[in-house]
Amino acid sequence: MTTLRLVLKELHERKSQLLTSFVAIALGITVIVAVRTMSHFSEKAVAQELDNLGANVLILPKGATVSNYYSADFGEYVMPESYVDDVTTSRLKGVDNLSPKLTEAISLDGQRVYLTGILPKNEFKSKPAWQATDGIFARPEGCGTVVPGALAKALGGSAQGGNSATGSRQAVVEELGGTEVMAGSDVANRFALKVGSALPIKGERFTVKSVLPSTGTVDDTRVFAHLHTVQRLFRRGRVVNAIEMIGCCKEISKGLIDGLNRLLPEAKVVTIKQIAQTQLNTNTMMERFSLIFLVIILLVGAVSIANYMLANVYERRKEIGTLLALGATRRCVSRIFLLKATLLGVAGGLAGYGVGTVLAVGLGPRIAGVPVLPLPSLAGWAVLLALVVSVLASALPVAKAARLDPAEILREG
Amino acid sequence: MVRAENVTKRYQRREGPVLALDDVSLEVARGEFVSIMGPSGCGKSTLLLTLGCLIRPSEGKVWLNGRSVYDLNHKEAAALRLNTIGFVFQTFNLVPYLTALENVQIPLYLSGLSPTQQRERALHLLDKVGLGDRLSHKPSELSVGQQQRVALARTLANEPRLILADEPTGNLDPALAEEMLDHLQELHREGVTVVMATHDPRLAAHAQRRLRLVGGRVNVPSASA
Repeated sequence: MTTLRLVLKELHERKSQLLTSFVAIALGITVIVAVRTMSHFSEKAVAQELDNLGANVLILPKGATVSNYYSADFGEYVMPESYVDDVTTSRLKGVDNLSPKLTEAISLDGQRVYLTGILPKNEFKSKPAWQATDGIFARPEGCGTVVPGALAKALGGSAQGGNSATGSRQAVVEELGGTEVMAGSDVANRFALKVGSALPIKGERFTVKSVLPSTGTVDDTRVFAHLHTVQRLFRRGRVVNAIEMIGCCKEISKGLIDGLNRLLPEAKVVTIKQIAQTQLNTNTMMERFSLIFLVIILLVGAVSIANYMLANVYERRKEIGTLLALGATRRCVSRIFLLKATLLGVAGGLAGYGVGTVLAVGLGPRIAGVPVLPLPSLAGWAVLLALVVSVLASALPVAKAARLDPAEILREG
Repeated sequence: MVRAENVTKRYQRREGPVLALDDVSLEVARGEFVSIMGPSGCGKSTLLLTLGCLIRPSEGKVWLNGRSVYDLNHKEAAALRLNTIGFVFQTFNLVPYLTALENVQIPLYLSGLSPTQQRERALHLLDKVGLGDRLSHKPSELSVGQQQRVALARTLANEPRLILADEPTGNLDPALAEEMLDHLQELHREGVTVVMATHDPRLAAHAQRRLRLVGGRVNVPSASA
């Protein structure tokens, strides 16, 4: 005989009573795991969509304003291109994507058009210091936009961006030669530009590498060229007038902006609040929703277990009295009931995780509209949670069992 | 072996305090067989449970092997019940979901013996009471007499030196009552101290010394049988 055997024998004997409690805790964990799993992938999908809205952090020259940025008219406001190095080589967390830009007004056939210099991705790759930052164009682990490879495929994009040309991430240009430009849709229409068309700018001949789809933004009226080409054409030196950045939304609230301000005291760091706030709000809402669910469901499970354990202690009064008369300590009696609560918690947690995961994977695409995969990391939490609830809910009945007066029970006959 | 010294026990009941034991003093020598007689409700069970370290008296002291048992802490008192005292209950109090073998193993498990040692000792005890072929039976699958023998084997598992038997034949037919008495007498012959509460004068007559408990007082000490 061991304590475990004693407990298992009793559990086996009173299976039907146990079943109610087991179902209560397993159901609670099932709902929590299902909601948590679905909301996890839903949050990721929402965050990804929001990211596609564009940069949420701007680094501007000290005197420039957001109006300058949106109107693409920076006048003389510039800042060193080396700020990009400063950010990428810093240890700041949450920097997801960087895009330095230098915008100048040019005239094409007498019409005003903006020429924006951008840095293609291959420029980042060519700098060892930037490569060491784990790829500025990758979605870093822990960022709200991380989507596992299989899921990213299912969502129809890649981990580094999607196919849509509307998002800032999609504006990441792999390569852009010194004599190549990309034309915004509006510019392309006005000047009948196609891929391969020649475009003279400031006396130099450029070739249109691609025509960008319409975005409904000022980008449609831009012509994009290599940053260093624009700098050379306008004799600007190594300067830019904006660095667009995507900061992971959670990191923005955790001090990314302060970090950038400290790193670049001569620049102005601006968050595009609406986008960042929407991202934060979405995540917070989901988290609160899950929390309320969790508390209610766990309370129901806990009450059910407490009720079962109390009834069980009452039913086993004579047995407890006999054990105490035979020489069991109160601690020994507590141990028997606590082990039972532990087994109930572990089994309920495992069953809840299994069923919850199956439900989430099966129903996730219908309910949340996103593909859902199992989250193995939740298994440990599910078991721990069920265990804590089961043991806490049993605390009072266990104390009651240990405090029973054997003499009183034995005198009852 | 065991001595009660001016033991009084009062219970608080809704209808007022009840005096179960009234200044009881008695001494049972090592190896003695004592019977306590009295009508139902006279305090026999309370006296046995008080001697057995289970009911703290309102006043007075109980000494067992020279130690004041109600001055012991909970753990020491549990150890005393485990190793020195053996209870024989009228209703056997077997654990319904355990087999005969497992029921006998309980005191051995509480003593910290390994499962193998428990099994060996329990097998020996059940064999001794003639239940070697009923090891895997649950109490509900055993006759009353067999249940009684399982309970006795369990009582004897840790070789107690003091047996406290509360109406040990109360639920048994005459033949089984006789059998129970034989077991108690055999234990007595082996040197175990036996205190038996009963309302049956014929059973009490087999004890070395008979005490009568009336209204919570030991007032008619009987002559030795």
